[in-house]
Amino acid sequence: MTATGVLQILGFFLVLLALTKPLGLFMARVYEGQRTFLHPVLRPLECLLYQLGGIKEEIEQRWTQYAASLLSFSLFSFLFVYVIQRLQAILPFNPQGFTTKKTTPDVSFNTAVSFMTNTNWQAYGGETTLSYFSQMAALTVQNFVSAAAGMAVAIALVRGFARRQGTTIGNFWVDLVRGTVYVLLPLSLIGALLLCSQGVIQNFQAYTTATTLEGGTQVIAQGPAASQIAIKQLGTNGGGFFNTNSSHPLENPTPFSNFFQTLYILLISAGLTYTFGVMVKDTRQGWALFATMSLLFFIGAFVCYPAEQAGNPILAKLGIQTGATIGQPGGNMEGKEVRHGIAPSALWAVATTDASNGSVNSMHDSYTPIGGLVLLFNIQSGEVIFGGVGAGLYGMLLFVVLAVFIAGLMVGRTPEYLGKKIESKEVKMAMVALMACAASILMFTAISANIDFPKDSYWNPPGAAIANTNNGGPHGLSEILYAYSSGTGNNGSAFAGINVNTPWYNLTIGLAMLIGRFLIILPMLAIAGSLVGKRYVPSTSGTFPTHGPLFVALLAGTVIIVGALTFFPALSLTPIVEHFLMEAGQLF
Amino acid sequence: MPTTPIAPPAPHQPQEDPTSLLPKKLARARPLFDPEIVQRAVRASFVKLNPMTLLKNPVMFVVEVGATLTTAFLIRDLVTGAGGIGFSLQISLWLWFTVLFANFAEAMAEARGKAQADALRKTRTDTIAKRLGPGGRIDHVPASVLRAPMMVLCEAGDLIPGDGEVIEGIATVDESVITGESAPVIRESGGDRSAVTGGTRVLSDQIRIRITSNPGETFLDRMIALVEGAERQKTPNEIALNILIAGLTLIFLLAVVTLQPFSQYSVNSTGSGVVPSVVVLVSLLVCLIPTTIGGLLSAIGIAGMDRVMQHNVLAMSGKAVEAAGDVNSLLLDKTGTITLGNRQAVEFLPIHGVNAEELADAAQLSSLADETPEGRSVVVLAKEKYGLRGRHIPEHDATFIPFSAYARMSGVDFAGRQLRKGATEAVCKFVAERGGEVPGYIQEVSDRISRNGGTPLAVADGKRLLGVIHLKDIVKGGMKERIAQLRRMGIRSVMITGDNPLTAAAIAGEAGVDDFLAQATPKDKLEYIKKEQLAGRLVAMTGDGTNDAPALAQADVGVAMNTGTMAAKEAGNMVDLDSNPTKLIEIVAIGKQLLITRGALTTFSIANDVAKYFAIIPAMFMATYPALGKLNIMGLHTTESAVLSAVIFNALIIIALVPLALRGVKYRPLDAAHLLRRNLLIYGIGGIVTPFPGIWIIDQIIHALGWA
Repeated sequence: MTATGVLQILGFFLVLLALTKPLGLFMARVYEGQRTFLHPVLRPLECLLYQLGGIKEEIEQRWTQYAASLLSFSLFSFLFVYVIQRLQAILPFNPQGFTTKKTTPDVSFNTAVSFMTNTNWQAYGGETTLSYFSQMAALTVQNFVSAAAGMAVAIALVRGFARRQGTTIGNFWVDLVRGTVYVLLPLSLIGALLLCSQGVIQNFQAYTTATTLEGGTQVIAQGPAASQIAIKQLGTNGGGFFNTNSSHPLENPTPFSNFFQTLYILLISAGLTYTFGVMVKDTRQGWALFATMSLLFFIGAFVCYPAEQAGNPILAKLGIQTGATIGQPGGNMEGKEVRHGIAPSALWAVATTDASNGSVNSMHDSYTPIGGLVLLFNIQSGEVIFGGVGAGLYGMLLFVVLAVFIAGLMVGRTPEYLGKKIESKEVKMAMVALMACAASILMFTAISANIDFPKDSYWNPPGAAIANTNNGGPHGLSEILYAYSSGTGNNGSAFAGINVNTPWYNLTIGLAMLIGRFLIILPMLAIAGSLVGKRYVPSTSGTFPTHGPLFVALLAGTVIIVGALTFFPALSLTPIVEHFLMEAGQLF
Repeated sequence: MPTTPIAPPAPHQPQEDPTSLLPKKLARARPLFDPEIVQRAVRASFVKLNPMTLLKNPVMFVVEVGATLTTAFLIRDLVTGAGGIGFSLQISLWLWFTVLFANFAEAMAEARGKAQADALRKTRTDTIAKRLGPGGRIDHVPASVLRAPMMVLCEAGDLIPGDGEVIEGIATVDESVITGESAPVIRESGGDRSAVTGGTRVLSDQIRIRITSNPGETFLDRMIALVEGAERQKTPNEIALNILIAGLTLIFLLAVVTLQPFSQYSVNSTGSGVVPSVVVLVSLLVCLIPTTIGGLLSAIGIAGMDRVMQHNVLAMSGKAVEAAGDVNSLLLDKTGTITLGNRQAVEFLPIHGVNAEELADAAQLSSLADETPEGRSVVVLAKEKYGLRGRHIPEHDATFIPFSAYARMSGVDFAGRQLRKGATEAVCKFVAERGGEVPGYIQEVSDRISRNGGTPLAVADGKRLLGVIHLKDIVKGGMKERIAQLRRMGIRSVMITGDNPLTAAAIAGEAGVDDFLAQATPKDKLEYIKKEQLAGRLVAMTGDGTNDAPALAQADVGVAMNTGTMAAKEAGNMVDLDSNPTKLIEIVAIGKQLLITRGALTTFSIANDVAKYFAIIPAMFMATYPALGKLNIMGLHTTESAVLSAVIFNALIIIALVPLALRGVKYRPLDAAHLLRRNLLIYGIGGIVTPFPGIWIIDQIIHALGWA
């Protein structure tokens, strides 16, 4: 590690910490329907949307109605994105004249699911597949609303904890509109402008053809990038405008744009912990979640970054300078942009896998085994380390339910959290969510690691499903495991090194994304519905304290142990063994 | 004597930890591993192998399926003559042991209850009842034909044929069959001592009883069913915990089932080694699923009920015991629970011109014939403070004036003196009538005593007023500390008293309770409970009278005194056979202990898995990926010995923890934060660390014995 690298990570965290409270407070006011400084400007827009949608602002929903609204909205979003892709050839804003040759039914299905579930897994290459209209009307819109839907679910769950003996958990449509109008829209506007100032492009021009110094020609892709990038980071979507995502110089040109985008990845999720504290009327509870997430974030960052900075021992043995020197980053620079360097790349990678964001500024496939292990584990631990907007909070609350249930018994009371008893229904729902995710990741990977297809078959033209990987051995299995983890975790980042654009992978990863989204959301809403009706138990000195370092350690331990127990066998055959083999001199 | 006591009373054990809220081990405790019980349990362990029974316990069911699977492979290998039979045989045996050990734990807990039930059942002899017919005719009929509301007559020496209510007469009754207490109790018609229980024996006099329950529904029947566990239903928390461990089992099933294809991929890609056998995969699965808590969960619940029973408290359901752990407010009766029950003289306050000794002397003389505890305390105080020995007054010389509610004083007339003590107003009137002088400040002194929670008793010698005795409610020794402990545990204690608010406040302050309810009527109690519950608190209380029944029913934990009425016993969800209201505190501690034991063993069970991964995973892939040997931090000898050691450890830990499950983890009345830190350290960190040396030692032994 270098001092600069460590300072970059710490400095980043301090800025995030400083913004958590003001943003969290603002969001709490928004979701509780209080007036904010943006109301004079945005309230008319909010009201207009209610009028257009026939939404009655003051009518609240039970959890089943809330879930039904969310599901119908998601279904509509899916169909909308699917149809636009399939019809892009006859739709406007298509200067490159993209046809539907590449937006086949399976890709379109995968992409529609991907953006509707806030995953932004990209089986396609943006600049070679989609028209500006498809990018904007289909994808960017989903970047907003899928994020807002995730936040809505989190807020609904928080209401379950905060309200006493109620029946309703809010109105999905109102939460959706408020999140979009007051939180995502203004922040992405600011973001887009700042990114433009750094040189990120925003235009509707046809692609530019340039002549390089060597005299060759290069096609430089153009388009309305800045607006999509701001929201892709903010909404933990992660779907890049260009195929290479934020390592593309027109998507992420400068150190500041890089810092700013990393910050935007975690911003809302961090802020929501404070929102949670405000809404349950005990901000210490929110800070406890923030502290847990921060602890796990630092563990990841300070395992991944040193591993990357240490680089490959085999190269070092060959006498190659792998230490950092002036003007030389040292370490493992394979797959990393020189203009970013090791620490900002590792920081980004950790942040993007923590947050189910999925945008990348370096190639995760090229990380050292330990670096890659951190990224993989961040996703597999349930995307709760800040996590996706909303998804991180409700995911972490799932672990809170488990931690409080197991450890809470050890204080000699029926477990309770924030005055609400955790009983069979809550435990059942938490286990359903946990099992669904584990099943999706493990089963799909297990099948793909062994399933055979005839060569040039419809489902997988390269043949066996493992034929799509670029590498053999444990690394090849890592590539498959990462793909399904990313899909199930609604992360969307690619380890890459695997061709996933075949009907087999498009279908199975699409299913993984659906499982990872809805088999968590529905149980969590059911928990909200169960909790909201419960009586509040006042806390005493006999109550299990859920703030303070002990709880933070317990919660972080639960996240790690549950993740480790579920995935250790799989991980031991992927990055772990790869690491030992690398030490023994074997690479894949 | 008709009765076999439920168990012989054992001597009180010295209390190890003076701060412990858990009471000393009481009367009926049998030794944990009573040979008779162990025998019974071993037999039952095999009966419980029936898959239909095991289906109720998903974790152990999975182990049984695993054991069947490995046994099937063993048989296949025996038939085909394949190698590695020794390993499969040992694994199969240990997997069966794992199931048997878990069954044994449950059977142990049940057998203890069954043994008690058998003892009770022996007392249910076929009684011949004297049924009262119309016109006072007496029919001799078997007790089994009695139905409510028939009338029976019971005379000295008769067994009471069924549960009922005394409607006429008064008698002493031996209830030792129910309570284990040999001293007879009084049962009389009317009031709160009218309930009699079938199977108890009338020792003197005769009573007429109206039968209140039909055969099979009597208190004794219910008690037998309860201790036997026949009516045992899973408690809400137990159900939730079962869901958790069943869910974890499914997750581990996924992890292990998918490991096979992952290994297939690895073997294909490295071209070395073989895919782990089904026996090894099953072993890994059994080691990972929470067998420890899965095997002990029901034993913990049954043992919790049993512990309550050992305190001579009959819990009508496990749910009530669990609720006891959650209680936020304890309603404690002042008299008998917080205070000694009797007021005691603490001070003599003479009026001007009288010396204290003279007052003490007169007070003592006036109390010599007063056999009430208050009267005796006056004699004792005079002796202790002024060295006045109790004197004997010849009876023929003296006339004792007993206390009457009308005169509100008592005393003695002898040697021409008229000594009186009693309510200040009454004594002052007595003095004034005889032309004596009553100073005005006497009323102030009395009021001051009342305000401080005491009772003033004025003393007069004829027309001379001598002074005032200060009688005081004495808070039981150690009660203040207990209440402070309760507060640390997060439990509010509320004192219930019939005293006026002034007196109540003073005693409440002295005992340190959090709240009090003065001049409490049964209706007030009920209202108070409802108010507490509305604020989300769980309330526990004790009661004995019929008019306590609504409050007992409303309370989350209602402990009825056995001396109480049938109505009270029906309304509560526990009955204290010793009728000791202080026990409420202990019941709360048992409830907490039950929940802590569950949490501790669950944490321990899950934490154990870390070590098992380190034992089995490197062993499984020793041939495919020798590099993974670096994870073999315990340095286990071979693949077989590593897997076998983990399986053996997993089985033995269940047996090792049976005593803990049956006894419950040691409970300390600490606040939640300290308890959590302590238990997380012991069962969480301890759970991660313990298996490492454990598995290592087993591996050494196996290797030395050449088993694998």
